Order: sequence, then structure tokens, then C-alpha cells
Amino acid sequence: MSTIANSIFSPELAARFDKLVTLYPVKRSALVPMLLYAQDEVGYVSEAVIQEVAQRLDLFDLDVRSVLSYYSMLRTKPAGKYNVQVCTNISCMLRGGYEILDHCKKKLGIENKQTTPDGQFSLEEVECIGDCCSAPAMQVNYEFHDELTPDKVDEILDQYAAGKILDSTQKDGK
Amino acid sequence: MPRLVSHPDEVIVLKRRFGQGAAKIDRYIELDGYAAVQKAIAQGAEAMPGWIIDTMKSSGLRGRGGAGFPTGMKWSFVPKTSAKPKYVLVNGDESEPGTCKDHLIFREDPHAVIEGAMIAGLAIGAKTGFIYLRGEYRTLLEIMERAVADAYAKGFLGKNIFGSGLDFDIITQTGAGAYEVGEESALMESLEGKRGVPRIRPPFPAVVGLYDGPTIINNAETIANVPHILLMGGEAYAALGTERNGGTRLFGISGHVERPGVYELPMGYSLRRAIYEVAGGVRGGKQLKAVVPGGASCPVLRADEIDIGLDFDQLAKAGSMLGSGGIVVLDETVSIVEFALRTIQFYQHESCGWCIPCREGTDWIKKTLTRVYEGGGAKKDIDTVQYIAENMMGRTFCPFGDAAAMPTLGFVKKFRKEFEDYIEGKKAGTALMPEERDLIGVGH
Amino acid sequence: MADVTITVDGKKITAPAGSLLIEVCKSAGIEIPAFCYYPGLSLQAACRMCVVRQEKVPKLQTACTTQIAEGQVFFTDTPEVIQARKATLQMLLGNHPLDCPVCDAGGECELQDMTFKYGAADSFYAEPKNHREEQKWSPVVYFDRPRCILCYRCVRTCSEGMDVFALAVENRGSSSTIVPNVPAKLTPDNLAHLDCEQCGMCIDVCPVGALTSGTYRYKTRPWEMNHVATVCTHCGDGCKTTLGVRSTADGSEIVRGDNRDKSGINSDFLCNKGRYAFDFANSSERITQPLVRQPNGELKAVSWEEALTCVGKKFAELRDTRGGKTIGVIGGNRLTNEEAYLLQKFARSVLHTNNIDHHRTADYVAFAQSLAGTTGRAASLRETLTAPAVLLVGGDPTNQSPATAWNLRSNVRLNGARLYIANTAEIKLRRQASAFLQVAEYGYGALAAFLAGDDSAANIAAPDSAALASFRDAIRSEESLLVLIGNDLRGAELKRLIDFGLTIPGTKFALLADYANSRGAADMGLLPDMLPGYTPIGPIDTQDPSSRIALEYRSPTTPGLDLLEIFEAAETGNLSAFYVVGSNPIARYAVDPATLKNTFVVVQEMFLTETAAIADVVLPAANLYEKSGSVTNSYGDLQQVKKAGDRAGVRSDFETIVRIADKMGADVRKLVPFGPVSNAGGTRADMGQTRGAQSGEADRHAVWLTANNLEPRLSPFDPSAILDEIQRLVPGYEILRLQLLSGNDQHLSPAAAPIRDNAGLVQISNRRDLVLPAGDTLFTSGSLGRYSAILNDLRQFRPRQSLIQIDVQTASD
Ligand SMILES: Cc1cc2nc3c(=O)[nH]c(=O)nc-3n(C[C@H](O)[C@H](O)[C@H](O)COP(=O)(O)O)c2cc1C
Ligand code: SF4
Ligand code: FES
Repeated sequence: MSTIANSIFSPELAARFDKLVTLYPVKRSALVPMLLYAQDEVGYVSEAVIQEVAQRLDLFDLDVRSVLSYYSMLRTKPAGKYNVQVCTNISCMLRGGYEILDHCKKKLGIENKQTTPDGQFSLEEVECIGDCCSAPAMQVNYEFHDELTPDKVDEILDQYAAGKILDSTQKDGK
Repeated sequence: MPRLVSHPDEVIVLKRRFGQGAAKIDRYIELDGYAAVQKAIAQGAEAMPGWIIDTMKSSGLRGRGGAGFPTGMKWSFVPKTSAKPKYVLVNGDESEPGTCKDHLIFREDPHAVIEGAMIAGLAIGAKTGFIYLRGEYRTLLEIMERAVADAYAKGFLGKNIFGSGLDFDIITQTGAGAYEVGEESALMESLEGKRGVPRIRPPFPAVVGLYDGPTIINNAETIANVPHILLMGGEAYAALGTERNGGTRLFGISGHVERPGVYELPMGYSLRRAIYEVAGGVRGGKQLKAVVPGGASCPVLRADEIDIGLDFDQLAKAGSMLGSGGIVVLDETVSIVEFALRTIQFYQHESCGWCIPCREGTDWIKKTLTRVYEGGGAKKDIDTVQYIAENMMGRTFCPFGDAAAMPTLGFVKKFRKEFEDYIEGKKAGTALMPEERDLIGVGH
Repeated sequence: MADVTITVDGKKITAPAGSLLIEVCKSAGIEIPAFCYYPGLSLQAACRMCVVRQEKVPKLQTACTTQIAEGQVFFTDTPEVIQARKATLQMLLGNHPLDCPVCDAGGECELQDMTFKYGAADSFYAEPKNHREEQKWSPVVYFDRPRCILCYRCVRTCSEGMDVFALAVENRGSSSTIVPNVPAKLTPDNLAHLDCEQCGMCIDVCPVGALTSGTYRYKTRPWEMNHVATVCTHCGDGCKTTLGVRSTADGSEIVRGDNRDKSGINSDFLCNKGRYAFDFANSSERITQPLVRQPNGELKAVSWEEALTCVGKKFAELRDTRGGKTIGVIGGNRLTNEEAYLLQKFARSVLHTNNIDHHRTADYVAFAQSLAGTTGRAASLRETLTAPAVLLVGGDPTNQSPATAWNLRSNVRLNGARLYIANTAEIKLRRQASAFLQVAEYGYGALAAFLAGDDSAANIAAPDSAALASFRDAIRSEESLLVLIGNDLRGAELKRLIDFGLTIPGTKFALLADYANSRGAADMGLLPDMLPGYTPIGPIDTQDPSSRIALEYRSPTTPGLDLLEIFEAAETGNLSAFYVVGSNPIARYAVDPATLKNTFVVVQEMFLTETAAIADVVLPAANLYEKSGSVTNSYGDLQQVKKAGDRAGVRSDFETIVRIADKMGADVRKLVPFGPVSNAGGTRADMGQTRGAQSGEADRHAVWLTANNLEPRLSPFDPSAILDEIQRLVPGYEILRLQLLSGNDQHLSPAAAPIRDNAGLVQISNRRDLVLPAGDTLFTSGSLGRYSAILNDLRQFRPRQSLIQIDVQTASD
């Protein structure tokens, strides 16, 4: 049972949040994870998300906005079903990160921070994602793909388009 | 997923369980898992904390997060008694460009992190440990969460761990995209649900840290080393490395090498050999141009400066840093101007914005270098960049400012000629950035 | 903390260990620049301007966060330190618009001053600056983002100081910006807004021109204004404010109110009313010509001479034909002390009536009488900032006495003071309270009884008897207490609470009222049964010093009618004349205007209020910002009022009263003892010659003025002549003139005569309740507030979540 009436979240997520706030010595600690998990479910951090999260943590909406705008993974606009994040930081750049990014742009027909018209893919250039020794690397949702070549990117994106690769959040049936 | 690599020169301590399915708790136990914590508890309640800290001190282990602070000493700063609960905080924010070693630890040996955190807790009298992973490591967070759940299921975590009469809980936590949150006090802010802005020090975390309680914060690799050290003994671990730089560490070698990967090499190992032997040499037989020896924050070394042992002291002496052990290798095709620009872009994007020299300094260096890169530079721009960077050094609220200024200074000082030539139209290297490119924009 | 000695630039300085270096240096006259440091707010160390070199420490240290310890050695002006500051400024200016010529802060800008000092103006950045449109967050708060230097003072003053949390930082790095709490995407006009108390403290603390005031922006330049330090007219806290005044065609106009010099009793604070709501003075609805009702019933503008003659003749005639007892007088609680005093003296000695009263917003009579015979038991507003323990019973300072609320919050935050609140409502200040007791409706009297030990009162006092008991225990365990009493308590209830408090040694009291001079009105004797200083009216006894005033006045010795009785007299046809000076009793007491149809009504007013509208003569009055004198706030803090604005056609109430007296043929020199006594009382009085009590107060004043190199102004319209008399005659007003004239406040205790013949409280206990709190909020100000366009505008921006914002922000913040 969720402690919030009319939660905008799924019962599972609401229940998870109910538990999350009890975990920490100060419940505000749940803020960043909550925003991230809410984004995973809703697609982005909407006004409704901000308000419910604020309510759950006894914070002002402004507090939530102030915090969420700090973190680059949190977005206040929807992204595609598959958010393709290509690293172009030093290790990846040296091994063709920009080429991969350019290839994704052409392949998907969109620019950085845009979403395909069908809402399937969005593209983002990101800073180092911690996969430098297998550069160039990218993440699709939370899944790592690395040692990329344009051909390999084609293959990966095609599989997503065909619904073949599930990201780990979906894998666990959440 | 980063690939597992190996090389005969490696000295395996931390990587011992890699590639063996140790993420599964039973397998971990088979491989001596949770033996170290039991060994500590077997010392008896009285002797245990001192024994752990003494072992850590004798191991010569220095923090693997970047600054290389002696771990045993750090733990000994925590007051014996405290009105507020004490905490252990594992820094798994790993965001230093060129670094992906903690990534492997979380994936291959998550229980080592748990066991290390438990031991740290026993050493300082903390009942709770937090393991903070960067937001991008969601899949690894799930591995960690599974491992924690398994440890609880076995009764290893929670009340009365291993019959010691002591309790220990572990909470996993995720960030959401911010390099600065790797800085220890910013990480505590983030964990408390706030913006990742660092805290004023003093007080230091060992006295007033997370939730105002005494806290030790260590890098994930540092913590994962702890069980191994306890099992093998501090002196034995220390003997693997050099003086004041005990043991081995994970070096991520990336960039223009034949066999990039994360290798476990003894402290003091030759940088030249790491590049030319362990990582298979410069890719495609090209000439080496430069090396960033310890992650993006460390001043660059020229090709003629690589005859140096990889430990904290030797690199410091050479005017650079061992940092997080991320060795980024640049071959002759790289334009240092471009590389410097890409580096400062990162810092400009990641500055928390709290203090003036860092917020404005990174922005101006980026703007100036961008203009230079695009062909609109003048020679005095090099002086401007140097002036700004010099005036950021040591003047900012947290070490981020230094982390941004140091590599910049390294590039313009060591490759000044290349900058001058570039401005005069004589561009070295092959551009990697496309002409039409977005500078990553922050904010929403 | 024990004292330690440190060396700064070769100079030895001794200060308590742990003090902040920046403050220690300041006290020693060593200026250390800082943007983000602000006394009383949390430390940031963000601007890096305060860097200093500390011996044996590798990096430059921030003076704002360095706590001093024995033997430390610092250097604050070495080339290295100066270069660091200069570079920081250069970096800051790189993206600063440098639009100083049109910036409101120009001339008062800390960035400008520092740039000048460190010579950082030679920028070598060639990059285009980031331009952003100015944002209007509310009618009074504008934000110019490129000018912002991100010192976070505004964010902190709003959260820590105001407990409002309407501002925050969004984004990070060079995209960081200050934002208000209502984002653009949630507003109909698609612009970001502020949902807050609109106090404007953020503007005050902003070191540059990033936050500017809607009432002031682009109006003038700081150096083109006159700056007049005076007292706010709105609430009973009586904050000191500095008004920025500009000349206009028909007088002078106030364009700004602020408190930047922090010299007053309100230290840092000014609320929205103090800061913006001076615009009523400029209202086009001001009456600027006397109005006299014509036989056809219409009010017609006439000359002052005509109006005054009319009033004087009629008053004299009615007094002589129907007797002073048929005349009623009501004074205002925004008059100066001198005016209030003069009005009652005029009523008693010229009109020969004791039918004089005012709109009482708190029961100062009971307060004074309860404290009779004690000394040092009345608290100053300043003590709300320092008292280790405070009991607040009733009232809602956040809304009604904002400076009190600010001080209490600061005291709790900075000094760890314990605040105990007992209230029938869940007032916002309970967020700072160490204990909050919900009082039952009408339970204050029972609460006072319970606190004093009467356990049988418990169930009437509060619904939660356990909470009540622990509340009492907590209070009783305090060694000294500051008891702040809301104006909900009066008469016997008030006395009971004070009697209880008096049992705790060192306890001090204050009674919170509305309006700038409610306390002064009572102190000055705008009361039917008391002369100034709470001197009961009764038979004159030449031996009794308390008969001194009555002896001089030769006024009636029986108490007059109070405010309500005056209206009853009108109803029964027994009120021949009604003289109202700066009050709106018709609206306040919901009086049927028809009651006064057979009464000659004279009203001195700024606006055609409900009361002025039924007058036979309306005399245009100056407001508190347009005259000089003194006022006494709720706490008894006396402050000087200085003339700032001016409006052609209006006169101070002081002058008007004197002129009416003159038209009535009264001896003006008796009323206002001004000028050389040779003219006034017969004795030749050279300046400097000692004289008897009545030999020309103004003369004495003139001596004093001359001695202090000030210009003596000897005229019947000089309030200082009356101040001399107040000082001489009114118990409790033994004031220090130099203190007053140099702009300092001084604290006065009410000095009521002990209650005679054990008669109990002189009034109220067995009569109707005359106390009528104004019930003002941050966005209203009695009748005056209606004429402040800005206040009415702001009301739409008042906090929608109401001022009561609870259970947010945990202790970890
Ligand atoms: C800007 C900045 C970023 C940092 N990022 C990380 C990081 O991602 N991971 C990490 O372990 N330490 C990071 N650190 C170092 C931590 O502040 C801290 O020193 C470290 O976690 C201590 O652990 P150790 O002693 O085990 O190295 C960073 C420091 C700075 C100044
Ligand atoms: S940051 Fe700054 S002002 Fe601000 S005072 Fe300190 S460092 Fe100093
Ligand atoms: S540089 Fe791309 S993952 Fe590290």
C-alpha cells in the first residue's frame, strides 16, 4: 500500500518508493534515486513527478527542481524509448567516438538531444561513461555497448528497433 | 562491457576472483570469500579494530580514488566514540575520464566490496555502510544489490555478523550523472539528496561526514583490496609495491594502444613497459606522442617522459599524478590543441558552479580554446589560458579547480610550440572532432 | 571561548578563539573583501575574494571560514593575495554585462567597488557575453541574470533568514542560476514568479544589481537622492528605514525604502511594507486642500485660512455653549508622540474635555499597570535577538510584527535560543519553536492561570493536557524569559500572565500592538481616564507628584468618555463636536454614519476615508514620512522620525492642532511652550539662563541645540518644544536627547503610577473591551494599506501556501 493516495507511479514503483524513504537516516537521501527511477518509468521527470516526489519527501518543489537540474542524467523532457548515449570523452574520442556519434546521427536521422519522430530513439553525446578501456563506448538506456564500429552500431540499433535487446531494467521484469 | 584482459607481468591480488563467477555468493565463498572478515572477528572484540588498522597501515595501501592518501591512517582519524552514528562510504562514482576499473570490480567481484566495507565498519565502529555508484552504472548497481541481498540472505549482513555481536548494514545508492559527485564531500551531499556541491573543510569527513557522523570514504578499489590484505597480511601486500606505495593497483590503459584494458600491476611498474609491453605498444606501430598517466585530471607526459615508475611519489616528482590509474595513450596523430579542448570541455561541463574561479575559469578556458581551435586564435590566447589556469590553481573551493587547471597547464606548457604553430595555421595531427559539433550543453 | 592572539599584517589582534578571521579583521579595521560572506548567514566560501595567506599553510585560506587559534599569522595584502583577488574579479567580469551606467546598483555596487580597488577592469577576454532577458518575478522583485555573481546571499536570506525558501540555484557550472519557486512553465504568462512574503530581503543583500526593486528600478541614481533615516509607519515593530527621496514639482517623492546601513533596532530586516508601501504618500487620492461641507451637503475645497477659521469658531462656540463634556476627540496611532501629546493637551486644556481616546490595538493600560512598581521588566525589540528563552503567547509575528519574527528566527538559528509558543492558531513561527502549545479557543486566560499554578484551568487552556503540563515545566525551568504577548490578551488575562512571569527572576515583557505608534498613543495619554504616562485622572492633590500634569493643564478632574461612549453620546444627541486626528473609527468600529448627523465633525486625514467622508471639515494631513518628531514602538523603543517626503497643500497634524487652538483664541504659548520666555511667560530668558519649569521648554531645547551645534528652531510648530514638555512631565519618558537626535533608539519602560486604593485595574475589567487589534497581515495596513497601490498589487503574489508552511526541510538542512 502506497502512503500517497493517487500516486502517479505504478503500484510496484510506488511500493518501492515507500520502502526507499525508510531506508536512510534522513529520508531526503532517497531523492536522487527516486527521480532516476521515476524517470525510468515515466520517461522523464515531469511536473507531476516533481510534485509527488516532493510530497513524498516533505520537500518544496523548488528543492526538487534545484537538485534535479544539477544531475545530467535527469531530464525534464521526454526522450526516445531507447536513449542512445555516445561517449566522446578522451579515451573514446581517441578511438573514434565522434565517428560513432556521427554515424548514429546519420543512421537515426536526428541530431544530438533529438528524438526520432516515431519516438523510438533519442541521441545524446555524453561525457565519460566508465568504459574507457573498451572504447569507443555507448549506452542504450543503461546497457553498455563498446568496442564499437559503425557496423556494430548498425547491428545494435537494428536489434533495438526490432525489440530484440532489452535493457536491464526490463530484463528483471520491473 | 569492458573486456577482461591479462598479461604475464600482472601481479594478481585484486583480480584473483575476476572471471570466475564470484558475483555469485557461493562461488565467492569458495574463493576464500568472507574469510577476511571472519579472520578479523577472530581477533576478539578488543583487539580487532586495532588489528585491522595496523594491518592496513602496514600494507602501505594508498587510496585508489586519486589522491593516494594512506588508507590505514585515514581510518585511524575516526574518533573512537561519537554521539552520532559512524559510517563507511564506498566511492563508486568512478567518473574520471580514462578510468573504468571500479566498473570491473563491481561486475566481477561485488562481494569483495561488501566484505571490505564490513571490515572498514568493524575497524571504526560503524554499523552502516553505503555503496554509492554513479548513475550510469545501473547494471552494476543491480549486481551490487543482488550481492547485498545474497549476503543478507546468508546472514552475513545485518545483526550480529559472524557471531561477533556487531551489526552491519549496507545500503546501495545511485547518482545521476555528475563527475563532481566523485569528490568525497560532494558525494555526501548527493547521498543526502542534495546538489553535488562540496562541503567546507574542516571539519573533515572522518570527524563530521555523512549525516554529520564520522565517516570514512574510500574508493571502491581501495575497499575491495581490504579483504585480500587481511588474508595475505599487510607486510606481504606492501612488499609487492615500492616504498610508501604498497601493493598492486588496477591500471586502465586506454587510447592508442594495441591491447587496451584494465591490468593489475605492482606499484612502481614502469610506464614505458605498461604501454609497450603490457598494452601491446602504440596502435598500428605509430609513434607515441604523449601520455595522460592517471585520468584526465593529471598533467600530460611527453613521449620522452615515460621512463618512470608508476607510483604516487614518482609521478608527483615528475609534475604529474598517478590519480585514478587511468593511463590514456596518445599517438602522433593527435592534435594536442584538440585534446586540450576536449579535456576542458569536460571540466566546464562538470564544474558544480559553486565558486567563481572554477565556474568562470573553466568556461573562459573552454571559450578561448574553442576559438583557437576554430582558427580564430592569437598567440596571446595561449597566455590567457595559462593565466586563467594559474589563477585557478589552489584558489578554488574544492580540488576540482586544480583538476581542471592542471591538465590545461600541462598541455600549454609542454606543447606550447604546437599551440603557436596551430594558431599560425600549421596544424599538427588529424582532427577527431567533426567540424559540425555540439558542445555538450548543461542544464535543462 | 578564551581569547587568543593572532597576527594580521604584523598587527597583534586578540579575539575569542574560533572567531571568524574575516570578522576579527573587520573589528581591527582590516578590510577583507567578500561577496558571499554575509554576517549571520551560513558560510559558503564560494566567491574566493576573502583569500589570505596564512603562515605555514600551503594554499591561500578563505578568511570567511578560518576560525582563529592562538599564534596564527596572516597576511591580507601581499601581492599574491591581491593578484588572487584581481584574477577572481577578472574571471567574474568576463561574463558580466558591465552595464553600470543603467544599473540600479550603480554607485552602491560591491562589485564596482572591488573592481575599482583591485584594478581588474582591464579585461582581456574576447568572447561574447551570455545575454539573458531580465525577469520580473513579482511586482517588486526583478532579476537580471547576467549581473548575478552567484554569491547565494539571496538564497540564504530567503531560506535561513525568512524561512520562506522561495529561491534556489538551478543547473550547474556556468549555467547555474538563481530561480524563484514558481517556474515559468507553471504560470499562465509563461514567466517565472515568486510565491513568497515579498519582503525584498533578497534585493537588500544582493551585492550587485542582479535583484532590483520594482518600485525603484530605473527611477533615479543613488547619488541623486536624499537619504532620510526615519521610522516605518506600518506596524508596531517600528523598524528604522532609510527613505530615498527625490524632488518633484509638488514636493518631494519617496522612491525607495531600505535598511542597508543596518543601524536600527531591526538590524538587517525590513519587510515588504517597510520596503515598498510608502507609495500611499504619492497616491492621487491624497487630499491636498481643506474641504468644508456646504449647505447643499457637498464637500468643497477651500483655503486653509477659511477651513481653520471655521473649525476654530465652531469648536469655541460649541465648547462655550454646550460645554467641553459634549466634545469627543479621537487620535491616531500613527501620530508622533508629540502630536498625540499635543492633541490630548489641546483636548483637555483648550476644549476642556477628557473625552479623548484612540483606536487601541493592544491593552497598554493593563500592561503598564501590571508592571507598575517594577523596574527593568520591559523588553526592547533588540532583546528578541538575544534572549536565551522566549515565550510567545498569542499573536502572529510573521504577519503582524515581521521584525520580531525575523529576530526570533535569527535568535533561534544563531544563538540556539529556545522559543516556546502558545497559540490558538498554528502560526508559522512554530517551525522555530522548541515547544508549541495549541491553546484552546478563548483559552489564553486559562493558560495564564495554569502557568501560574492553577491546575483547574487546564482543560479550558489547552486540548492536550499532557502537552500543557510539559509546556509549563519547560517554561518554569528557564532562568530568565522574554515574554512576548500578542494583542489577543488584555485586561485581567494579561495581568495574570504578567504576574506569573514576574515570579521568574529576570523575566521581561513586551506587548505587541499594530501600527507605528499605538504604544505612543497610550503612553501620551490619548485616554479618557488617564493623563500621559498612565497617570489616573482624579482629584488634584497638590502634594502628589502624580497631579503635576493635571495641575498644569487645569483640565477636568473626572474621567471622560471612551471611544465607544463617545459614539453612544452622539446617538443620544449629546455629542456636539467630534474631532478625529488620523483615525478611521467609522470603518474600524462599524459605526453607522447617521449617528453623527447632528454632530460637528472635523477630521484630519490623508484620504477620504469612511470617517473623513462624513466630516463637516476635512483638513489634509501629512503622514509619518512627511513630518518630524518621535514614535515609540510596541516594545517602548523610542526613535526619531524625520521628514522625508513632502506634498504641497498638506500640513502636519501638529501644526493643524496649533492653528485650530490659535483660531479658538487659546494661548498658543501655553499649549506649545516655544520660544524665548520673554514672550511666553514674562520672565526674560536669554539662552543659557536657567529657568523654572514652565519658563519656555523650547528655550531649553534651543540651549541644548546650540550646545550641540544644531540650529534652534523656535516656532510654535516645532515638535521639540513639546518633546521638552514630554520629557519633563511624562513618567517613563526621561529620554536622552542626544541619543534620539543622533538617530539611536532608546528603550523606555512604562511608568504607570501604582494602582490607587487597591482599585484593581483602572478600567476594562468591568467595562467593555476597547481593544480592537487591527488584524493586519503582511499585505494590509489598516486604512492606509488601501491607498498603497504596490501593497494591493503584491497581495496577489502573497504566498499561496499561506504563510504557514510546515513540516518541510528536515534537521539535516
Ligand atoms: C573532482 C573530483 C572527483 C573525484 N572523483 C572520484 C571518483 O569518481 N571516485 C573516487 O573514488 N574518488 C574520486 N575523487 C576522490 C575523492 O574525493 C576521495 O579522495 C576518494 O574517494 C577517497 O578514497 P581513497 O582514499 O580510497 O582514494 C574525486 C575527487 C575530486 C576532487
Ligand atoms: S568565498 Fe568568499 S566571500 Fe566569500 S567570503 Fe569567502 S571566500 Fe569569502
Ligand atoms: S572516455 Fe569514453 S568511456 Fe571513458
